[in-house]
Amino acid sequence: MTATVTSPRRTTRPPRGRPRLRTAYRQDMALLNTPAKRRSTLLLVLAAFGVPFFFTDDLLLVFTLGLIASVGAIGLNLVTGYAGQVSLGHAFFLGLGAYTAAVLGGDPEGRLIGYGLPMWVWLPAAGIVAAIAGLIVGPIAVRLRGLYLAIVTLGLVFLGEHVFREARTLTGGPGVGRRGPDLELFGIRFSEGGSLFGLGLSRDQQQFFLALVFLIVFAILGRNIARSGVGRAFSAVRDRDVAAAVIGINLTVYKVMAFAMSSFFAGVAGAMYYAVVGVFEPAAFGLLLSIQYLAMVLIGGVATISGSIMGAMFITALPRIAQEIAHLFPVISTSTVGGGIINVFQFEAILYGLLIIGFLIFEPRGLYGIWMRIRNYWKGWPFSY
Amino acid sequence: MSEQDVICSVSDVELSFAGVKALRGVSFDIRGHELFAIIGPNGAGKTSIFNVLSGVYRPQAGDVHFDGASILGERPHRIASRGLARTFQNIELFENLNVVDNLMLGRHHHLGYGWPWAIAWLGRAQRSEIANRRRVEEIIDFLEIEGYRELPVGMLPYGVQKRIELGRALAMEPRLLLLDEPVAGMNGEETEDMARFILDIRDELKIPMILVEHDMGLVMDLADRVMAMDFGTPIALGTPAEVQNHPDVIRAYLGAGDEDPVIEEVS
Repeated sequence: MTATVTSPRRTTRPPRGRPRLRTAYRQDMALLNTPAKRRSTLLLVLAAFGVPFFFTDDLLLVFTLGLIASVGAIGLNLVTGYAGQVSLGHAFFLGLGAYTAAVLGGDPEGRLIGYGLPMWVWLPAAGIVAAIAGLIVGPIAVRLRGLYLAIVTLGLVFLGEHVFREARTLTGGPGVGRRGPDLELFGIRFSEGGSLFGLGLSRDQQQFFLALVFLIVFAILGRNIARSGVGRAFSAVRDRDVAAAVIGINLTVYKVMAFAMSSFFAGVAGAMYYAVVGVFEPAAFGLLLSIQYLAMVLIGGVATISGSIMGAMFITALPRIAQEIAHLFPVISTSTVGGGIINVFQFEAILYGLLIIGFLIFEPRGLYGIWMRIRNYWKGWPFSY
Repeated sequence: MSEQDVICSVSDVELSFAGVKALRGVSFDIRGHELFAIIGPNGAGKTSIFNVLSGVYRPQAGDVHFDGASILGERPHRIASRGLARTFQNIELFENLNVVDNLMLGRHHHLGYGWPWAIAWLGRAQRSEIANRRRVEEIIDFLEIEGYRELPVGMLPYGVQKRIELGRALAMEPRLLLLDEPVAGMNGEETEDMARFILDIRDELKIPMILVEHDMGLVMDLADRVMAMDFGTPIALGTPAEVQNHPDVIRAYLGAGDEDPVIEEVS
């Protein structure tokens, strides 16, 4: 078992032969606090950087969008998973980020308002604008909880959708839409193919690398929030708010902070996502998008960062998975007109519903819970415990 | 003891919920590092006093002074940061978090770093986490809960959870500690352990305490002074021996004598 010994030493290396003995609190608090976690994470990151060389561009696009959606899912997990404030308004914050980025980074000579600012301006700005909206919405959560809060945040989505539809000079309006900003950072144009570090790379390969770095940065920030006093306070508010107040946690401050942080993540994710997608229109930010993000959190694992990532990758890939399955079964038609009993879009919707119900009943801890079970099985192997 | 500074004084507090008078004319002082016990039948208003002190309820009349200032109407988290800690009758731990995190939450207002440091996990946040973790480990050592450190508290046995809740309150470094039925539902051995911890807190940590408890043996053995309550009104205040033999207390617990009007026991 792990033992923690009070020691003034600042070493991060455990003594030989006792890899799980921790001799400093710093080791216990580290992001990757066991050698196995360090090794597997390193391997995973290396493998992820290798992905663009083994998959076709259309699959890479799915992965790229999944990586970016992961950042949004981490955001939702902060407010809903950690702080326990159920939010159906995530689509609004994603949209706010996407449009802030599109307006700030958009073409100044185009038919819509655009300022042609570089990515290092529009990306943080997208987060900040969304976070400010979160700060404004947050105080509602101080008064309401549970279902009531969910309904109010649901209203936010409809408000947002309406505003996005009507603000035609900013969003292009329904059916038309507008282009996302260009992905260009440090002189590298990720929206076009080119060479990166001497390698000839396609557009999708470049975007994948950008999204991967983006996710790694925000996943670490998310973990930092979770392991610090802020994350603990979020969990305290979620588990027992009266007790949290009585031990000195300001409920108002932490609920509002959870919304602001979550919205920042949503804002930057929205900006990046639609920059990769290209053209997008106001209808994208409806209730369905909020539900998708909730499904990512639920299926991935509530109150876990790695779960958010697993859930986001899975949900983003779901349309593709549905298509692949449809190819195998002739009963599912791959278009809306062809034969078959149901078409692929209906099949996808059914799959969605089944997955959410299935996870809620059989594995409420989500994909993260399944991973924990696998891990614990192999920890004890060949014994059952 | 009795001549020392008054840390907390409650004067003429009245609390009512709609028509129900929960507290009437409640007054007492806590001095030095005494162990002050409040007893009374169920519904006498003992927990209501705690809720008034910690800011969960706001009384309609009267005043509460803590550490020289009136805390009436202050929000619970402000009162907590003034140094008032409490435990709950029904355990109110954060059951999904492990023991260390629960105790670290007790030290929340000692952390002293804001969210920007938390996000970046920079020097100040790390140093503060380590320093506070060290204090938490001292409390873990004091309460002898080393073996449970990494386990989610929801999984732990009831007696241990009670102890962890005491630990979370101690982690706040309180100037006054409110214990709401710390040994309720415990077996003899667990009760003895808890009594030992309570005495250690008074004699070693020198923290004054208000204890609400139904275990009369524990109260009479441990408390320096006892206040008995019935129907929201204090009926006796004094040393354990005085209160034990007070006719009103006997009447409240055992019912009236022959010549007195019958008072229904509420339980």
